Amino acid sequence: MATNVQTRDGGPAPSRSASRRSHGEGLFRFLSTGAGVVLLGIMAAIAVFLIAEAIPALRANEANFFTELTWEPNSQQAFGIGALAFGTVLSSLIALVIATPIAVGVALFISHYAPRRLAAPLGYLIDLLAAVPSVVYGLWGLAFLVPLLRTPSQWLNENLGWFPLFAGEGIIGGKTMLAGGIVLAIMILPIIAAISREVFLQAPKMNEEAALALGATRWEMIRMAVLPFGRPGVISAAMLGLGRAMGETIAVALIFPATFDITFQILTPHANSIAANIANGFGEATDIGRGALIASGLVLFVITLLVNMAARMVINRRKEYARAGA
Amino acid sequence: MTSTPIKEVREDGRKTSIQHISTSRRIKDRVVQGLVYLAFALAVVPLVSVLWLVVSNGLERFDLEFLTHSMNGIGARDAHGGAYHAIIGTLEQVLLASLISVPIGLFTAIYLVEYGNNGRLSRAISFFVDVMTGVPSVVAGLFILAFWILFLGFEYSGWAGALALSILMMPTVVRSAEEMLRLVPNDLREASYALGVPKWRTILKVVLPTAFTGIVTGVMLAVARVAGETAPLLMTVFFTNSINNDPFNGPQMGLPLFVFDQAARPNDTAIDRAWTGALTLILIVMLLNLVARLIAWWRAPARGR
Repeated sequence: MATNVQTRDGGPAPSRSASRRSHGEGLFRFLSTGAGVVLLGIMAAIAVFLIAEAIPALRANEANFFTELTWEPNSQQAFGIGALAFGTVLSSLIALVIATPIAVGVALFISHYAPRRLAAPLGYLIDLLAAVPSVVYGLWGLAFLVPLLRTPSQWLNENLGWFPLFAGEGIIGGKTMLAGGIVLAIMILPIIAAISREVFLQAPKMNEEAALALGATRWEMIRMAVLPFGRPGVISAAMLGLGRAMGETIAVALIFPATFDITFQILTPHANSIAANIANGFGEATDIGRGALIASGLVLFVITLLVNMAARMVINRRKEYARAGA
Repeated sequence: MTSTPIKEVREDGRKTSIQHISTSRRIKDRVVQGLVYLAFALAVVPLVSVLWLVVSNGLERFDLEFLTHSMNGIGARDAHGGAYHAIIGTLEQVLLASLISVPIGLFTAIYLVEYGNNGRLSRAISFFVDVMTGVPSVVAGLFILAFWILFLGFEYSGWAGALALSILMMPTVVRSAEEMLRLVPNDLREASYALGVPKWRTILKVVLPTAFTGIVTGVMLAVARVAGETAPLLMTVFFTNSINNDPFNGPQMGLPLFVFDQAARPNDTAIDRAWTGALTLILIVMLLNLVARLIAWWRAPARGR
């Protein structure tokens, strides 16, 4: 370790070489530092330009941006994020509730249950889920999942209608919050599974072997030695998944029916989200309308930024902790 | 039923106490194992379903006409038309996005590994690269709309789409390149320094060539990821039904946008085109993925040597 640190810090000792060389050195250092600064600059610029282009529309807005439910920036210059933000949060939470347990199961399967020779290819299979473009999931959801869910939705509504989420009268099924939530769950499953798998694989082998030697069954070993170790990793993976679900656009833009109301009835065709509204509303937006969409995008940016930063902090603290322990 | 407990007692008698696992614990173990297998099966079902539907529905219109014609002059209910304009657009936009994001991403990775020394700037960059991977694609599109089109006053173009895609590509390129650069053994760097080679030439002639295939793999995976992005294109390249080979002038189509546009139309003929577009898109993305994996696999034995 000591030699590594020395070379990293000190770099090459001989600086007696020709000045042409030191020019190259300076240029290279400048380029690589510059590229990093450009990246930071882009992040700042995203915030600055979204704010700058959103302000005129927010000034023209005659309703309260945070509480108003409807979105009429083109005709009445009254729009609010209320219903959209609610839809974004609810659909992402549905996705998270469905995806996390399955993803943890998949991660355990690949890290501790699958035959060792099959583990890598099976893991690749799950990664393939992430390679399918979101517009394809949208098309699949629209043409296959939405019709498929109609009968189960009606059954849930008839038999478990007392439960607020499954309540509702009139049309049941179709382009619902549930359909969008399931598609989102499929899309965030690979990232949660991939990170959880990495964490489960890092669980100390000594503890696992000790548990087995004490006569624990495989499940008891996992519960005692793997899950406690992996919990922070799984939590941050779920948060990254949450951030991704909130920002996911095209799949839900195709599935959500673009309504503007707040309801917990996930089996009725009332659903929308910030991202879906941007995709669906952009085509016919006027100047004020575009500004309004940019303002909603800014809200989405801030929410996902907070979720992602929180997740990254959990992961990074874990990393430092693991390094200190090693 | 009465005989089973007796049997168990007999078995218990033969076993040493340390091997004995009570029935309830064994059942719990089996149940969890079943759940874990079920979870994996549940995760594979949508993948199989998506791929099957895309292939079976997409093959119907997957012909030469689809690949060589645009949607120019195709009526709302007509069956013909194709995605040539969208395929051209996607290829050009992705290429341009790579040309922007690969140098920036690669140099950032070099900074993080070779020059950063884990200082404050390097930690800030590293953190925000992670955060940047979580920037929603639609926000990247809105940013280019706000900056390039509304603020600077340029028109919708393939280039604007490429700018938006490059924002999504950069963090992926940085992360994969950084990982590859860190895999280069320090002995190689030290040997080069010992010969009096300056640091920048060491990076250029020793570190980068060693990590080259790994970096190419990472770039290909990043390209595959952005090739399927729709949302950022929506507000940067706009829609067009005709062929536009010039990414710097006027609206240009993209293949994901084509699928979105056709899928949102009510006619069956449009839905058919959407499926075929989806098939084409998946083929392009999978091909890029496959090439990336092949490069990685081709490199793997060299690591063992």
